[in-house]
Amino acid sequence: MSKVTTKITVSRRQLLAGAAAAGSFLAAPAIVRAQGGPLKIGVILPLSGVQAGIGQSCKRGVDIAPALLKQLGYTQPIELTTVDFETNPDVARARAEKLIADGVHMLAGPFDSGAAAAIAQVAEQKGVPFMINIAAAPQITEQGYKFTFRNFQTAPQIISRGLALFPQVFAATGKTPKSAVLMHINDTFGQANKRAIDAIFPKANMPFKILDSIAYDPAAKDLSVEVAKAKATGADLLMTVTRLNDAILLVREMVKQRWEPMGIMSPGAPGLYEQQFLDTMGKYGDEIITTIPWANPKADMTKMVEAEFKKVYPKDKLPGHIFNIGFTFEALLVCADAHKRAGSTNGQALADAMRKTKIEKRVMVGGPIEFDEKGQCNTIASVVLQNKKGVPTVVLPKEASAGNVVFPMPGWGKRG
Amino acid sequence: MPPIDLILNVAVGGILTGLVYGLMALGLSVIFGVIRVVNFAHGEMMTVAMFLAFSAFTAFGIDPLLSLIPIAALLFAFGYAMQAGLINDFVNKPEHTQFILLVAVAIILVNVLLMIFGPDARGVQTDYSFDSFEVGKLIIDATKAYAALAAVLVAVVLFAFFRFTLIGQAIRACADNYTGALVVGLDVKRLYALTFGIGAACVGAAGAVLVLITDVTPALGPSYTLQAFIIVIIGGLGSMPGALLGGVLIGLTEALAGLFFTPSAKSMFAVAALVLVLLLRPQGIMGKRQR
Repeated sequence: MSKVTTKITVSRRQLLAGAAAAGSFLAAPAIVRAQGGPLKIGVILPLSGVQAGIGQSCKRGVDIAPALLKQLGYTQPIELTTVDFETNPDVARARAEKLIADGVHMLAGPFDSGAAAAIAQVAEQKGVPFMINIAAAPQITEQGYKFTFRNFQTAPQIISRGLALFPQVFAATGKTPKSAVLMHINDTFGQANKRAIDAIFPKANMPFKILDSIAYDPAAKDLSVEVAKAKATGADLLMTVTRLNDAILLVREMVKQRWEPMGIMSPGAPGLYEQQFLDTMGKYGDEIITTIPWANPKADMTKMVEAEFKKVYPKDKLPGHIFNIGFTFEALLVCADAHKRAGSTNGQALADAMRKTKIEKRVMVGGPIEFDEKGQCNTIASVVLQNKKGVPTVVLPKEASAGNVVFPMPGWGKRG
Repeated sequence: MPPIDLILNVAVGGILTGLVYGLMALGLSVIFGVIRVVNFAHGEMMTVAMFLAFSAFTAFGIDPLLSLIPIAALLFAFGYAMQAGLINDFVNKPEHTQFILLVAVAIILVNVLLMIFGPDARGVQTDYSFDSFEVGKLIIDATKAYAALAAVLVAVVLFAFFRFTLIGQAIRACADNYTGALVVGLDVKRLYALTFGIGAACVGAAGAVLVLITDVTPALGPSYTLQAFIIVIIGGLGSMPGALLGGVLIGLTEALAGLFFTPSAKSMFAVAALVLVLLLRPQGIMGKRQR
């Protein structure tokens, strides 16, 4: 019996091919895990800290999303995990890393430009798509990121589209202020808006001039000095870039200091239309104007949101939440839509699908949800919103209005 | 140069807020002046008082100006128990062990508050939250005026206690001459506990009043501790009138710095005032020079 021996020779090319095959085999479980099972979305929001009120408002959008998505035909299994970043961008970064380590396929949130910038870096490093619900700092989508998408206006868009509506308010009421003072929060969002105002205002051909701009600390406990300074300018109009808590402090201080300008107008900042602001300020919150992207009251999807919100939060009032809920829900809608088209939970496949998004029917006023090559949606329009008896109401443009614009606003002592 | 009425309005607001700061720092100064222990849990004790005032307001509708008395009493009991049960054993130990002990107390307090109330800001909105008084060209914030008045009343009661009561005089004797107090038979440990209780009661009163002016979160404690230190160092460590004066100076400095420079950098000027005092008069404006 002869012994047969076979000499095995392996060429360099074969060795490389074998190594690649072995690598693929070893990596396979991860890929299989990434492509099968439900779509897991980690939603990062400021549920505590300075922006807690707004974060809780956004979370309502997350809470109503599963039922709404099913009604819209997105029946694939989706798991939503909401985490709190405590209004701290460093915590946001850590939460994003933890969520990805725990196996989420997409990230959404966070209603904060500083946090969005931090999360975007993590998303890019890990190749996980990040869908921004609300955050305006333009640089977030100017970094060449491939996995970051924003369905919200950038600060220059907010300012330019918001300021463009100011003359319509003056034309509708026949009253035009000659001067304004700008008060803005001194954080990433506030500074981005201030820069945008500085760049856009001189070219906007506005009928008033800005006498002064006053920055204040995001964690300010008292705005008495800032308001006193603004009052002393003698400006006809107060322009604001606020968050929520500071908006309350600011208007409360105006009432105390009996400062009654022709109006308080915010070109696109949050705070002045939030439910917590309206509840806290009562009659003093009325007739304040914000020019902002808003829900289209006539859209079918807005009506679906209203119905679901009423079911889940029967005691809450939707108007003070609709901005946060609308954008947060739309962010999750984009994720679900991309997943449905991609047929995969692979990060690259999801990002490719998101880039081809075209959702015609939406909650917010504007054209279809679609992204440019930078991941930015440019189709979102602004409206003039005025608080009326505790309800933020669209007053311009006329075709979407649900009330008449009032300007100048009545004095603090003439509000019943 | 801003108009004079604007400067006056801002200055009055700063003085009123400063009086409340002064009351807060008074407690720290009393404790250090007698026991020679620096209370590093001072700001945290004040946030406890602020949360107590917030809870009394939201649960029972009690105005913080009224809940001030029971809250001061509660903090007195807490301070007394803490000194009698914990700190008395550390009075003659090295300062770093006192420091570690009180920092530990501070961390415990912050975490207990976080567990009970969570990290969110809480505020009190009373019927007079939007009110102000017009005196000529001055517009005075009603909330700040009431808070400052309450702070002054508490300070007057405290000064009277130390000046006119036997216990107050005994506590001052302990502060002046520890050995002498022991020789004449004073129960120094009990007097120390009383002193810490009184200091804590001051903080309790200040917290109840301060919640009218600003929202409270558990994380506020360290910043108030730091602020109280700045105030007592400027006023003079151990000097009660110095603490009030330091509070007013800090309130005024912050307000005027916000007016003349940028408002978002106003706390920087308070620290600059501290550096100036340390350079020119290290014992503080009303402090006694150490020999």
